[in-house]
Amino acid sequence: MTIEHLSAQVRAANEGNDRVPGIPRRGSGFLDEPFQLGTTPSATVGPYLAIGLTWADGPYAVAAGTPGAIWLRGRVVDGNGDVVPDAMVETWQADPDGRFPHPDDPRGAVTVPGFRGFARSDTLDGGQYAVHTLKPGPVPDGAGGLQAPHVDVSVFARGLLDRVVTRIYFADEAEANAADPVLAALPDDASRATLVARPAGDGYVLDIHLQGDDETVFFAV
Amino acid sequence: MTGTTPREPRPASDSTLVLPRYLREAPERRTPLGYPGYRSTALRAPLRAPVDLPHRLTEVTGPVLGEDRVRPGDADLTLRAGGEAQGQRIIVFGRVLDSDGRPVPDALVEVWQANAAGRYRHVVDNWPAPLDPHFDGLGRVVTDSLGRYEFTTIKPGSYPWGNHHNAWRPAHIHFSLFGTAFTQRLVTQMYFPGDPLFWQDPIFNAIPPSARHRAISTFELDRTQDNWALAYQWDIVLRGRDQTPFETDDDGDVA
Repeated sequence: MTIEHLSAQVRAANEGNDRVPGIPRRGSGFLDEPFQLGTTPSATVGPYLAIGLTWADGPYAVAAGTPGAIWLRGRVVDGNGDVVPDAMVETWQADPDGRFPHPDDPRGAVTVPGFRGFARSDTLDGGQYAVHTLKPGPVPDGAGGLQAPHVDVSVFARGLLDRVVTRIYFADEAEANAADPVLAALPDDASRATLVARPAGDGYVLDIHLQGDDETVFFAV
Repeated sequence: MTGTTPREPRPASDSTLVLPRYLREAPERRTPLGYPGYRSTALRAPLRAPVDLPHRLTEVTGPVLGEDRVRPGDADLTLRAGGEAQGQRIIVFGRVLDSDGRPVPDALVEVWQANAAGRYRHVVDNWPAPLDPHFDGLGRVVTDSLGRYEFTTIKPGSYPWGNHHNAWRPAHIHFSLFGTAFTQRLVTQMYFPGDPLFWQDPIFNAIPPSARHRAISTFELDRTQDNWALAYQWDIVLRGRDQTPFETDDDGDVA
């Protein structure tokens, strides 16, 4: 193109349409990488979670009256040391034989009748959660060993844009706790102590500290 | 404690346990726990870096929740207490997928929302907008065999909140999903396209820019119903199984 009235910048355009060296051609028409959709981003549960997430049987991972059932209780505490009265705590755990009521447990179905393994509790009662359950048994760690009895915990609240995840262990399982790979990976005893519930009354107690000097260990899952 | 503990991930399986692992979305496409513009996060979002938790049995299983959690009528929020809710009737529908594109069937979806005036039926919400005697804002559905869900509701109103002067939440519906594993648990909010309040909302803007579109539904003319309801589509993507290969003693071949 030699149209003299056009700007030199226009006339000098690269007619070769060369690709920039080093950038491979795209668009073969075939998927040459694993197909992957972007995940939906999380958002805070907000202050009105009680509308949508309240179940009459929510706190019961096992039916009331089940022999051996315990209560897991504790407060959720913020960075000022104040209780969080609008949080929700969810728990997921194995039964006393270390089995999960879930098809992806390759060892077979859970053995305790009526064991849901899952509970959710709001903290409307003075910032305290309360979950009625059976104490879990040890769970295989996938590498030939055992994890100490534990409960996986999610905490949701206004002011948390995603859930936070932690675990509850049991103080009267000292030997199993000492051999647990998750506890062993924590840097010090003070960190481990934030995850260990103490026997009390009708079960065990563990406060969850969202912030502060004794901030609970939270996990990236 | 000083943040993330350096640690090699343990193998996810041995000769007796072959477990899936779930993909972790890159941090730059995930909502952070805390966000300076959202004031309530200041004293609540943990300040220390989370510790990596490899996926073992407890993490790759999760509660099996389905039709037993749902009552008749839970999928139609516009009919409550013997009457019709006020507002613009809409159908909200979509699919629940994992990031590999597989549908998540038989999965519980819990939703809650404000009424057409932007008021929640909740003891804490006392701003001067009317409650609707025929709207409680609660819905529950279970996905079908193809991961599809659908419910009928009214379009929620926007409402003011105390985060900053003249702060208003864009219209949204809260969603709660379990998927099939502890790792897939998701609580989030669905927005409506073109909301003029997005720019000033810290909860929306806490989502990294590259992921915000995933929180916004699309208007879908094909699913509107003549003389009845508008329709919005929102597909929800939970974490899929990590496709990084790992060795097992049994690769499924039958000798």
